[in-house]
Amino acid sequence: MSAGTAKLNVTVAEVKPINDLVTRFKFVRTGGGDLPTFSGGAHTVVEMQDGDITRLNAYSLMSNPADRGAYTISVRRDDQGRGGSKFMHSKVKEGLEMVISNPVNLFSLDLRAKKHLMLAGGIGITPFMAQMHQLSMMGGNFELHYSVRTASLGTYAKELSERYPGKVHIYHDDQKEAIDLKTLLANQPLGTHVYVCGPKGMINWVHSTAEDMGWPREAVHSEEFLAPASGKPFEVKCAVSNKIVQVGEHQSLLEALEAAGIDAPYLCRGGACGQCETNVIGYDGKFLHYDHWLTDEQKAGGKHIMPCVSRFEGKTLVLDR
Amino acid sequence: MTIQFNDETFYGDFTFKNSDWAIKRFPFPFHEDSYMYSVNMEPHKSYRPGSVFERTFDVDEHYVSEMKDRARVLANDPLRCQSLPHMTLAGWDLVELIMEAKAAEYPDLFELHKDGNRWRWVNKPLGIDDTFTFLDESTLPYGPMEYITRQTQGDFAVLDQRDDNLWMDAGMVTTQADWSLDFDIGMNFFEWHAPVPKAHEMGIFVRALKFLLNIQQGQPARRLNWTMTVNPLLDTSPENYHKWGVMKQGLTMENIGEKQHLRVELQTFFRLPRSNALVFPIRCYLISFNDLVTVPKWARRLHRVIRDLPEELATYKGFIDNRPLMVEWLSQFDDGTPTSDGIWPDDD
Repeated sequence: MSAGTAKLNVTVAEVKPINDLVTRFKFVRTGGGDLPTFSGGAHTVVEMQDGDITRLNAYSLMSNPADRGAYTISVRRDDQGRGGSKFMHSKVKEGLEMVISNPVNLFSLDLRAKKHLMLAGGIGITPFMAQMHQLSMMGGNFELHYSVRTASLGTYAKELSERYPGKVHIYHDDQKEAIDLKTLLANQPLGTHVYVCGPKGMINWVHSTAEDMGWPREAVHSEEFLAPASGKPFEVKCAVSNKIVQVGEHQSLLEALEAAGIDAPYLCRGGACGQCETNVIGYDGKFLHYDHWLTDEQKAGGKHIMPCVSRFEGKTLVLDR
Repeated sequence: MTIQFNDETFYGDFTFKNSDWAIKRFPFPFHEDSYMYSVNMEPHKSYRPGSVFERTFDVDEHYVSEMKDRARVLANDPLRCQSLPHMTLAGWDLVELIMEAKAAEYPDLFELHKDGNRWRWVNKPLGIDDTFTFLDESTLPYGPMEYITRQTQGDFAVLDQRDDNLWMDAGMVTTQADWSLDFDIGMNFFEWHAPVPKAHEMGIFVRALKFLLNIQQGQPARRLNWTMTVNPLLDTSPENYHKWGVMKQGLTMENIGEKQHLRVELQTFFRLPRSNALVFPIRCYLISFNDLVTVPKWARRLHRVIRDLPEELATYKGFIDNRPLMVEWLSQFDDGTPTSDGIWPDDD
């Protein structure tokens, strides 16, 4: 089976700056027609033709899943990043034809939950927007606690407060407001599931606090896509395809494999889903594992690597690709 | 083509029969002269016009009679259809998947007309013309999963996906090879596969689960599975074992060709978009040994597969006692000529 997911040809129907950092993009199917429906929490992988480089970045779908006329995503500009978000902000204009993947959901609602408690930090709000659309349509019980830096950077905070009165709580960092997580968790009805999407520190804080308070692991859900880190260039030998591949400073190993025409599987491109796991045949050097997928034991074992985010430093690396 | 639907039974007088057309398109499951488990998945793409792999949901000459048999089984045992409360949305996903596929692929048999969420569904073979509101249960005569699976051949397991596992949280199961939805409901992937011999040690289920968890929207997959059934019984459930188990006795060289059937399951896997659940349709095809040996390649190969099958598998599949007789009867049709690779008859 070929890599990635089935593709959709789309046209950019709207580009709307939301604040200093975030811009919203609306896609419709090129040539008209419905897009596939999706479930709240799903993302799409957007292909960007940036000169000679093809970039593939995953973004959460934030529009109403029932609306098959268009998908929307929001992209936060990351000036320190490798260029995907800068490309979206500077090069993507209305009318541009692009290719995106079918929706993939690695952060779905547990539909057994009696209540869905959502904790968002910054741009981590986007998957919850689709989930809240879905839950409000189904009469689901949900509550959002959303932490933003300032009111002006509180992406969609105002409109969400208006759309779901009484269900949305906003916390402003600059006003020293913070989620009182312990009290919040202590007062939830039985059968509540907790969802968190935001910076790494916030995700770890929610998991560890919930665990300390005796919450079952299965009732706490999180999503964090890592952007691939830049690093020193390195060389990799692919045993199956019999190719030597150079990985550039600002390129991920996965991107380098793809550029060399090697059919490598992937889904999230952010170290979370496990789809790109690749066997290491031999190496002389040091792995830089950045993923959430491999266990610490596997990371130490030198037999596996997740090419979407992880890197290598050293003399030789031979992969089973 | 327009399908001529058979009027036949899968119990009692067993008038089930395959036409020459149905024999020719039978999904023979052995691509070589031996068999062992594998995660033999491939993309569920349209393949080989006229074959059971051409359409998303195959409809054949047995359709109307199979649906009557399902209604009969459900009337006797309503627990064959169950859906835990959180699976209703997945049921609607399934309604949409089946209706859209059948209306597009069999326009002479099925029609779907949409006006927003107001849908009109026409099923000509079963004489159904219903208008309902999508996602509003009160507008259908049954729950969404039950409604559409009373009109679609094959069993349906609807699997919730959470905690990196799949959970058997809904299903319509009336044509099963000796497993019980009522027993398995709420179990996870490893729990409901616990009785299968050898495969756990081979790591088959860990790999299969990883594959299934990653099945994506728009990229369904399929595989074939098989077993043996005496008499053309669709319902070989544990609940009714006291009725059909005894039928495995009394096979002779004279009647085995007529009574013994190879039972093949076309298993497909689809991601459901709104619920993020996975639906696992299990479509059963039956063929008598007499009909099967009209294809010389299949006759030779089936003889070799059954003869050489590991004992645990023949036991698990429930035909260890009849194996010697099967092998003796089938050997008449195996002159030792080599067989070609793949599942298709040679004369194609």
